[in-house]
Amino acid sequence: MSTEVAEVEVKKSEPLFSKRNKKLISNPLDIDNPITVQVLGICSALAVTTQMKPALVMTLALSVVTISSNVLISAMRNAIPSRIRIIVQLAVVSLSVILVDQVLKAYVYEVSKQLSVFVGLIITNCIVMGRLEAFAMGNKPWPSFLDGLGNGLGYGLILMVVAFFREFLGSGAIFGFKVFEAIGLHYQGNGLMLLPAGACVVVGVVIWVQRSLNGYREH
Amino acid sequence: MKFLRNQLDKAKHNFEKGGKWEKFYYAFEAIDTFLFAPNTTNGLRGAQVRDAVDLKRLMMTVIIAMVPCLLFGIYNVGHQHFLALGQEAVLSEKIMIGLIQVVPIIIVSYATGLGVEFIFSIIRRHPVNEGFLVSGMLIPLVMPPDIPLWQVAVATIFAVIIGKEAFGGTGMNILNVALTARAFLYFAYPVNIAGEVWTYLPDKAQAVAGYSGATPLAVAAQAGSTSGANAVEALNSFGAGWADNLYSFWNLFVGFIPGCIGETSTLMCLIGGLILIVTGTGSWKIIVSVFAGAFGMGLFINAIGGNPFVELPAQYHLVMGGLAFGAVFMATDPVTATQTETGKWVYGFLIGILTVLIRVFNPAYPEGIMLAILLMNVFAPLIDYFVVSANKKRRLKRATV
Repeated sequence: MSTEVAEVEVKKSEPLFSKRNKKLISNPLDIDNPITVQVLGICSALAVTTQMKPALVMTLALSVVTISSNVLISAMRNAIPSRIRIIVQLAVVSLSVILVDQVLKAYVYEVSKQLSVFVGLIITNCIVMGRLEAFAMGNKPWPSFLDGLGNGLGYGLILMVVAFFREFLGSGAIFGFKVFEAIGLHYQGNGLMLLPAGACVVVGVVIWVQRSLNGYREH
Repeated sequence: MKFLRNQLDKAKHNFEKGGKWEKFYYAFEAIDTFLFAPNTTNGLRGAQVRDAVDLKRLMMTVIIAMVPCLLFGIYNVGHQHFLALGQEAVLSEKIMIGLIQVVPIIIVSYATGLGVEFIFSIIRRHPVNEGFLVSGMLIPLVMPPDIPLWQVAVATIFAVIIGKEAFGGTGMNILNVALTARAFLYFAYPVNIAGEVWTYLPDKAQAVAGYSGATPLAVAAQAGSTSGANAVEALNSFGAGWADNLYSFWNLFVGFIPGCIGETSTLMCLIGGLILIVTGTGSWKIIVSVFAGAFGMGLFINAIGGNPFVELPAQYHLVMGGLAFGAVFMATDPVTATQTETGKWVYGFLIGILTVLIRVFNPAYPEGIMLAILLMNVFAPLIDYFVVSANKKRRLKRATV
């Protein structure tokens, strides 16, 4: 508790987009990426990335959930008794997941059918829970909002990269548009890319490339 | 030869430090040491341990052991081709067809694999390893004869990068490189490497009446799903009319059957295995225990019974499919196998058991040796760990302080 009070005092004079706040968005995109560095939320990254469209919708869904529950939990962080904080967090997350699910069913029904249980499973997504525990419980709503946005984007970035390669190599298409057939070539789809194992390989390669670019080493 | 040496010496200064192609030094060095013995060997004086066997020789021994399989495979590709067409052909015609089908696959496999190795050695600044010499030969031997060449190239690139270089290069890989290439094709392009693709038939060729491209394992599996059938009888009666006794036990052993280029002949694999054992290159414990595991598991499921495939006599499992080839050339890979002597028995035994299990009880995968070896590759370090810690415990008990 004492550290929290100290932080609040520092932040009083902080501008909305201070260096620290900008980092909240940029770090999850690279050196603190939820998927490739923290290795959270892998299950959905493997499950929904066979095509780019569901991956994009999943990204939006997860971002909305992370942001909204981050802000809500952060706003009530001082009122939550620490012994029951997990169940309170779950209740808040469930609320936003149910809202997102209903919106998806109303406006993009096809995609929502494709995503099936994975929207509901955002409730147990490690990224959401992790951000609530690690960040929102100890920070003000605005930084929590940025943190949720950053992690949603970091998750989405990897999801889109993986989905691009899986859809492109697996069925020769981008967002359902058959690239090879459009230019008059026959493309034999790579079945491995359509299997979850293929996603695992692609995520591995993304991690490899990322780490050789930024020099990150596991401690 | 002298001319070549002179040319290399003339070009050498370009690749050395400060030269214009400094970056490509290791590519140059690889070509140099491949063609000529390096002049950095020890002098004649002094007390050094001398052994004629280095990594290059070791790899060459394995390749020599594969030659019987390769030659037989080349002949057999042509043999099966004319058998399926129902035509008579002389030896040279069969070999010709075999060469036309097999040699391009070998060239593509070596060219792409070595290309990737060269690129990585330049990026990572280390000498090119000899590791790919064997993998480059193993990959064609586990391919069907009519595989599209681009698929061979893609699979090789995948296997070398993901299977080997991602883990740190030669000697660091967890999975057998050649089997990684095959597994990649198996899951990526199943149309071209599963089902009835094992005989080379040109597009418009009319196969002989009654022809079927089913492999022995597929025939046995088929018998297994029809009640009242007998798998041995199904195998014996296969090919009636166009290739009598194609799947008799003796023919399965000698290998005049459709299949991957190098895997069909158990006999040739055993000859290769003998070369490996005599030269001390491959572990006889692994080879023996793979066969023992498969045979034991075969006997065990025979005793349980259930359907005709389960009741197939255990010795058939040893000669069908790629069990012999996998046991001799894939399971004995010194990098991916277990290192401890006890561990080798466990490792081989489990490969044999798993192979028969996958074959008999998994309808999606008619052949089990590839997946069995890959799975045990992953478990090999764990087996070693348990063997070593058991040894420690035993010795600690004995110790008196």
